[in-house]
Amino acid sequence: MDSKLQNPGLNELVNRRYQHGFVTDIESDTVPPGHSEQVIRFISQKKDEPAFLLEWRLKAYRHWLTMREPGWARLHYPPIDYQDISYFSAPRKTPGLKSIDEVDPKLLATYEKLGVPLHERARLAGVAVDAVFDSVSVTTTFRDKLAAAGVIFCSFSEAAREHPELIRQYLGTVVPYRDNYFAALNSAMFTDGSFVYIPKGVRCPMELSTYFRINQAKTGQFERTLIIAEEGSHVSYLEGCTAPQRDENQLHAAVVELVALKDATIKYSTVQNWYPGDEEGRGGIYNFVTKRGDCRGANSKISWTQVEAGSAITWKYPSCILRGDNSVGEFYSVAVTNNLQQADTGTKMIHIGRNTRSTIVSKGIAAGRSQSAYRGLVKVLPTAEGARNFTQCDSLLMGSRSAAHTYPYMEIRNPGAIVEHEATTSKIGDDQLFYCRQRGLSQEDAVNLIVNGFCKQVFRELPMEFAVEAQNLLNVSLEGAVG
Amino acid sequence: MQQSAPLLTITDLRVTVAGKEILTGMNLVVRAGEVHAIMGPNGSGKSTLAHVLAGRDGYTITSGSVSFRDQDLLAMEPEERARAGLFLGFQYPVEVPGVSNVYLLRAALNARRKARGEAEIDAAQFLRLVREKAKLMQMNESFLNRGVNEGFSGGEKKRNEIFQMAVLDPVLGILDETDSGLDIDALKVVANGVNSQRGPDRAFVLITHYQRLLDYIRPDFVHVLAGGQIIRTGDRSLALELEAEGYDQTVAAAKSQTQTAAR
Repeated sequence: MDSKLQNPGLNELVNRRYQHGFVTDIESDTVPPGHSEQVIRFISQKKDEPAFLLEWRLKAYRHWLTMREPGWARLHYPPIDYQDISYFSAPRKTPGLKSIDEVDPKLLATYEKLGVPLHERARLAGVAVDAVFDSVSVTTTFRDKLAAAGVIFCSFSEAAREHPELIRQYLGTVVPYRDNYFAALNSAMFTDGSFVYIPKGVRCPMELSTYFRINQAKTGQFERTLIIAEEGSHVSYLEGCTAPQRDENQLHAAVVELVALKDATIKYSTVQNWYPGDEEGRGGIYNFVTKRGDCRGANSKISWTQVEAGSAITWKYPSCILRGDNSVGEFYSVAVTNNLQQADTGTKMIHIGRNTRSTIVSKGIAAGRSQSAYRGLVKVLPTAEGARNFTQCDSLLMGSRSAAHTYPYMEIRNPGAIVEHEATTSKIGDDQLFYCRQRGLSQEDAVNLIVNGFCKQVFRELPMEFAVEAQNLLNVSLEGAVG
Repeated sequence: MQQSAPLLTITDLRVTVAGKEILTGMNLVVRAGEVHAIMGPNGSGKSTLAHVLAGRDGYTITSGSVSFRDQDLLAMEPEERARAGLFLGFQYPVEVPGVSNVYLLRAALNARRKARGEAEIDAAQFLRLVREKAKLMQMNESFLNRGVNEGFSGGEKKRNEIFQMAVLDPVLGILDETDSGLDIDALKVVANGVNSQRGPDRAFVLITHYQRLLDYIRPDFVHVLAGGQIIRTGDRSLALELEAEGYDQTVAAAKSQTQTAAR
């Protein structure tokens, strides 16, 4: 049966091309490679940050120097030379933009090409965008409309200048700089990202979205996102990511912190399509990301939905701390790997409050010679009376040289908790393909149909505008991957 | 019966699987409007025949030819055969989780239409069509939106095959042991579904182990397949004879006749 899985169509389909691999030729200020307190001071100064922030960065940096890169994930890659990375790169003509008209046309063209036009009239109605190019935010759309609702949506750098009290109050309270190696590095070096503040009782009038783009060679991208949802507020946020096609690897180490106060809801969706490297595993982004949400208030809810299609390496565990009573955490994930990509991804649900509930639905698709691991922790503390968790973890293998692994951890310290775990691993079957083809579908359509069926539970959690995009991305990522 | 043009012509077909010859020189002509039953003991090559006709991988055709509507069937991809009007009712229908029955059917229908240069089917028209056919197969409409064969009982899966056939409207339906695992009520529904699709332009090949199905779907021809070829052909009474006497005797008798004839 195994040998049979290598249909001729498979390999042809796999050899698709990454569609966002172009480089924008734009003048940039890039600091020489290497990390030091000097570089941090430079970044902080460049961004005109308040003093407390620089102090915080330096503390994080000094702590990071004492740490070692974690090795527990099921990922194999040559050692990263952190002195060979440039920690800051910015297009020359950006700071202090008042309107989109001041943005370098080359940048606008870049985002057009990526399918993310920044002119408000060209945007999907109802979606505001913050565009981050290398280390800086280029522009944020629909700001006036959002401001009218009291919503703050701007770049992190701007928030540090304009709303330092909010940054000081919340930064590092969900992901402390001591949390892990990559979070510490990010805390020291972070360059830009998005900041969202939804005031009490406000339902954000539009989808918020950040588009991250790595352009400059030999740079790392260390973005930092902070979303605060005050009591009774509601927000849906989406991020997308792409990078040029290069032969060397580039590091991306982001931190995302979400804070949901009483009765607040945050829905955070990701469509990650960093350059995955070529068929031989040359190049691609190393994606080491710490994402965590804190359901701080009662009845709050944080929902993560991710479609992870890119990156050579993905190390990412969007998590929820369910502190408030009756709070709800959700994690819906599709991780697709092809060629030599490796993904070690999952979630952590930490139940602290009473009657807290969490749902985990993870769909891993591995094609080519790729490796896909689900790693998840469900932790129920003694205080979490009546906690419930449901975990479903499915893997779909394509071809006979890919592999899927599942590492579910459970720490249950309240005897009343109800924790359910279901896991399946299946191969995209010759049987299924033949069945669909016998009904008249082409091989490629049959694969797409089967894969989309497999991912349906996750796709239906995405905001409507992006569900179709995600589906298409998946189809492109698996082009040729049939076995 | 008046002779119409052949839909399917199988000539001296030899097929091996993993080096073992399963079909050893099979001949068969199926004309529009006819219903053929192919019966035979286990391992006689019945399912191999169905799979080879539908274009499944894993079979090596060492000689012979198959023409379907004047095309070289063996040179076509499975989806091309389907679009040309060949339908296989699976012995073990496959589950496609998360893909609703109607979604698959619409994709299949549109793939055919596209191949014929026609526009996609209009949503309302499609819905009318599937509702009508679901009713024919006594299927609850909730079936339409469930994942393809997902969590269906054996009988429901078989019924679903005939339902799909009714929607896709093929010219040749090959039903591979559609009767196996069916209780008598389900068998009647399935047979009724097939009978309602009989017509002068359509033919069926029923592959079955038991004669029971043929009480409900009356075949024009009954063939006995043994050792990879058709050793006897008759009308419905042959099926009754097989049931009364068993395959062993029929096969042995046919063989000795062949040997006598050869001398």
